[in-house]
Amino acid sequence: MADLLIELFSEEIPARMQARAGEDLKKLVTDGLVEAGLTYSAAAAFTTPRRLTLAIEGLPAMSPDTREERKGPRTDAPEKALEGFLRSTGLTKDQLEARPDKKGDVWFAVIAHKGRPAAGIVAEVLEGAVRTFPWPKSMRWGAGSLRWVRPLHSVLCILTDEHGASVVPLEIDGLKAGDTTQGHRFMAPGDIRVSSFEDYAARLKAAYVVLDPAERAETIRHDAGQKAFALGFELVDDKGLLAEVSGLVEWPVVLMGDIADEFIELPPEVLQTSMKEHQKFFSVKNPGTGRIEKFVTVANRETADDGATILAGNQKVLAARLADAKFFWENDLRNVERHGLDPWLGKLAHVTFHARLGSQARRIARIAGLAGEIAPMVEADRKEAKQAARAAKADLASEMVYEFPELQGIMGRYYARRAGFSDAVADAVRDHYAPLGPSDAVPSAPVSVAVALADKLDTLTGFWHIDEKPTGSKDPFALRRAALGVIRLVLENGLRLQLDRLIDAQILRHQIEPLEDEEEQALLKTLLGNIASHGVFGSAVRAIIDEAKENAPDWLGRIENHKPDLSDDLLAFIHDRLKVYLRDRGLRHDVIDACLHLPGKDDLALVVTRAEALQAVLDTDDGANLIQGFKRANNILIQAEEADGVEYSYGPDAKFAEDETETALFAALDAAEAKIGPAMIAENFEAAMAAMASLRGPIDAFFDNVQVNTDNQVIRRNRLNLLARIRDICLRVADLTRIEG
Amino acid sequence: MAETSQPKSFQEIILRLQTYWAGKGCAILQPYDMEVGAGTFHPATTLRSLGSQPWAAAYVQPSRRPTDGRYGENPNRLQHYYQYQVLIKPSPPDLQALYLGSLEAIGIDMSLHDIRFVEDDWESPTLGAWGLGWEVWCDGMEVSQFTYFQQVGGHDCRPVSGELTYGLERLAMYVLGIDHVMDMPFNDPQTPIPLSYGDIFRQTEMEYSRHNFDAASTEMLLRHFEDAEAECKSILDQPEEDPKTGRRIIMAHPAYDQCIKASHIFNLLDARGVISVTERQAYIGRVRALAKMCADAFVQTEAGGAAA
Repeated sequence: MADLLIELFSEEIPARMQARAGEDLKKLVTDGLVEAGLTYSAAAAFTTPRRLTLAIEGLPAMSPDTREERKGPRTDAPEKALEGFLRSTGLTKDQLEARPDKKGDVWFAVIAHKGRPAAGIVAEVLEGAVRTFPWPKSMRWGAGSLRWVRPLHSVLCILTDEHGASVVPLEIDGLKAGDTTQGHRFMAPGDIRVSSFEDYAARLKAAYVVLDPAERAETIRHDAGQKAFALGFELVDDKGLLAEVSGLVEWPVVLMGDIADEFIELPPEVLQTSMKEHQKFFSVKNPGTGRIEKFVTVANRETADDGATILAGNQKVLAARLADAKFFWENDLRNVERHGLDPWLGKLAHVTFHARLGSQARRIARIAGLAGEIAPMVEADRKEAKQAARAAKADLASEMVYEFPELQGIMGRYYARRAGFSDAVADAVRDHYAPLGPSDAVPSAPVSVAVALADKLDTLTGFWHIDEKPTGSKDPFALRRAALGVIRLVLENGLRLQLDRLIDAQILRHQIEPLEDEEEQALLKTLLGNIASHGVFGSAVRAIIDEAKENAPDWLGRIENHKPDLSDDLLAFIHDRLKVYLRDRGLRHDVIDACLHLPGKDDLALVVTRAEALQAVLDTDDGANLIQGFKRANNILIQAEEADGVEYSYGPDAKFAEDETETALFAALDAAEAKIGPAMIAENFEAAMAAMASLRGPIDAFFDNVQVNTDNQVIRRNRLNLLARIRDICLRVADLTRIEG
Repeated sequence: MAETSQPKSFQEIILRLQTYWAGKGCAILQPYDMEVGAGTFHPATTLRSLGSQPWAAAYVQPSRRPTDGRYGENPNRLQHYYQYQVLIKPSPPDLQALYLGSLEAIGIDMSLHDIRFVEDDWESPTLGAWGLGWEVWCDGMEVSQFTYFQQVGGHDCRPVSGELTYGLERLAMYVLGIDHVMDMPFNDPQTPIPLSYGDIFRQTEMEYSRHNFDAASTEMLLRHFEDAEAECKSILDQPEEDPKTGRRIIMAHPAYDQCIKASHIFNLLDARGVISVTERQAYIGRVRALAKMCADAFVQTEAGGAAA
């Protein structure tokens, strides 16, 4: 048995690519070895900024001998066929075996493949891996044509067994594999010869290189935590930053420095963002004051002055950065204190949101309109919701958010408070972007919910209005994320909303250009408010339109002739996202489909309650069998309706019932119908489903004993009408035709 | 061993870089005599990175970024500043070591400082160029850009050039321990007539800031942009054979001058705030089209690697 050690030594590999590259190297090489017949007992990949390393244990010295049998043409086949077979196998005729087959003798070739030495296989596999390595971005260098993430300087590749180490003979574009590597660029430059993985890891450590990224991360986390702890401070956890910094150093040395007093009053988010984004510093918090008062930087070396020069340099760079941040913060605050948020909103009139959706200011006005309409539906104060919607994007014009876009919302909250808004409004400014990811927290404060919903619905309706919908993998405006946001806001807050109405109102808001005339503005506001609460086809809206018809403005026609196509399409998109979201929670997509074909499908909370009840009943024996009975009834009915060219929708009459199971079915349908109607109205879906499932026995008994298509046409028609009743009653609960299986 | 004594002035740092790279075999060129946004625009980089001919050059390039003007008040923002540029083709295998040697040459003691190569891929939409590399950090401070050119003017770079760009003011302020650029000694402070960076540039920064932001005639600039664009195309439309000498003379460099001109005019228009977000892309695309045409022309010339 032999162990294999591979190191690909290059110029600095981007930190974000290292972990993936280690895994890719492992997969490419081990897959290649196994495919060539070399098994192994263990494999581990390691990365540093300058190296990808792979250690594989327990490789056999040779791949095993194998035998391949191939069936050729019949022995009496034309000469041409035999020649082709000989060519493809590389054998001569006397090496073939004739074996009896069903229709006479057939030539067989038995080809023996000798096992090959491991070194040869390793060389081929590694060269293939290097040449096809899936770097996210790769480059050429010098005059060569090899591609790697940055110039590749050396390849170490040795097989070690009980006789010692041997270099695998391999050359890739002039890079000859060897048994040497290099230590830390500054602390231990020069070649190091190694004989095994253990020897390699130990010699590297002696040369100031910690090979394992997990060990570097742990050292950083531990040392930084200790340094903070010694002062009674705590390190602010940041896994992403820790992983990145571990990929920037081979010999981590943790240094802790002070944030100058003049910057400590900056909001902690500003300090943290500035330090992390620009300098890759960790934040250190003083639990006594709750403020970030120190930072941790990770150097890549030890120095004679214990890092004093390095720390001083870093501190100076940080001071320059924070001086900028402080300048922005103070300017922003001064502006807000003097003039409130209005000047920023004025600036946003000149900032384009999207060429075809107008300025940010117009967008804000639309969101505020919708947020005001949503407010009473989510028990938010209407005035606060509108205030929050107007303030929500103001910080986009602030200097701080211009410099640090990721602080949008967070800065907005500070500025809204400074401008004198209530906490509910300020919190909504911060939280209205949420939820962004599938695991983000969802806002629950009413004002935040109103603005968050309005923001997302405005985005969705806007891009639907200009026909910029997501296609395939392309979703440049993150509309799937916006739809998921709407779904999570509704479901996790248990909101009962008729989304159709809100969507219609907002689409019209997009379609109708901003109005100059104040009376017209008031009329539009009333109309959209009514559409949002009662629907575009509601009598209230019609009445207002009729009243305004004399000297009616042009845009009124838009509302009068509004077609629901666009809102239906958008709702279907939201339903698609809903299915994906619920599938992850164990709800079948066909079950959801069955519940989407009933009235009230825009009430997402209702759809989900129905779907949950339906899935629960389908999981019972009665439920599963009822589906079969329903489908049988439906199929017979469809065939008969097609054959007869009529629709069997007349009520069946019990007096034509012949069999007692038929009579029993009449009674059961009456009983179930009496329960289902009220239960559906009361949204007691469990009761409705149970009543439906109770039909299973009578339906099964009916089909067991009764022939629907009898010769007596009166009785046949009556029975078909009876089946139609089964269908009608079941369809009131859910569209069972969509259930699969 | 490199010189490690501490330099005393801005110009001493420049002189040491010149001496260092001359010692490493680079031709020390002079700045290009046109307004450019960065050292990369010098034809010694843009054009010479194309084609198969070996190249090694280093030079200081005064650079202009009209939008960065701060009337001389900001400690490290200037609308006119200096870049030090090194371009070697093919990129030598020890380019990182050569670069680190240059830092030692200007007085950065490698045993006390923390030098890091942090991913930073370079792209110039106006030049149709990109490369992979790093920004180099010294104790958390970005001191240089280090790039392996992959494409310029839409052409694959074969062989690949290694490009180093030092932001001279920032680097020098760091080495000299200066907080405000205007306070930096330009010449030796012990000299009878010591001059600071501010003595030389404070007034010009004010003048150009006002000019760039408020006074430059946009109507004239828009016209000059069109002129440069048209001239670039018309130069390249000329037949390859010069009717007077009968020789094949492709005028890649004169055409490229017009491309540089268009690029700088675009930067000025941008500073004047007369270019909207959507127009911006269109202007960048127009300059890139010129850069591509010039690159296409250059690779047809002898210096561009075409057979003579």
